[in-house]
Amino acid sequence: MVVTIRLFARLREIAGASELRRELPEPATAGTAWAALAAEFPPLADYATAVSCAVNEEYARFGAALQDGDEVAFLPPVSGG
Amino acid sequence: MTGSPLNATAAAELVADDGNGAIVTFVGVVRDGNAGRRVLWLDYEAYAPLAVKAFARIAGEAAERWPSVRLAIQHRTGRVDIGEPSVVIAAAAPHRAEAFAASRFAIERIKQIAPIWKHEHFEGGEVWIEGATADPHDTAARDTAFERAWS
Repeated sequence: MVVTIRLFARLREIAGASELRRELPEPATAGTAWAALAAEFPPLADYATAVSCAVNEEYARFGAALQDGDEVAFLPPVSGG
Repeated sequence: MTGSPLNATAAAELVADDGNGAIVTFVGVVRDGNAGRRVLWLDYEAYAPLAVKAFARIAGEAAERWPSVRLAIQHRTGRVDIGEPSVVIAAAAPHRAEAFAASRFAIERIKQIAPIWKHEHFEGGEVWIEGATADPHDTAARDTAFERAWS
């Protein structure tokens, strides 16, 4: 399956892109997508315990199953306000 | 979510109602110092569609605790200079206690779960500010926000 990955703030800078399309082996979860990304961009590992994820613009668990065409977003710790 | 300047009066008008005797507006503004650094400006990045949903969640949580409260939440994206508002909250209620509490709850909760990031530009460099790991289902964090609302 092919998914769109969205990255923000420091994660976006590490990957050098705000949006990536990646092919994942099925079945895939948000965690699968993160692992693939962390393998591609090793400095992302610093965020392994602090990152949040969203699937199709809703907060999700890393165990959430992905479908072809989904958008999965990875979010570093937030600092709004 | 907007890249344009925020206006607290306009936010207050969104929640005004003849039955409401209190409107509390909270305006968060960019200050010129942080952690010993001289801050020049902040750049706000957001995952806007999820941020709007997070604001709706916050309003829903507030409504469960204070059913009479109406909330408006607005947040900037992009460059925000010193002294300019980065966030505006308007909370309206029949009486002041609920309006004050709900506005405090909302800003605490924004800092916990809104997918928004500050990129601080200071004298000599820049840094991403990273606060809470966003988890809207973390009920302990939500309860902390409720406790702070009454403190």
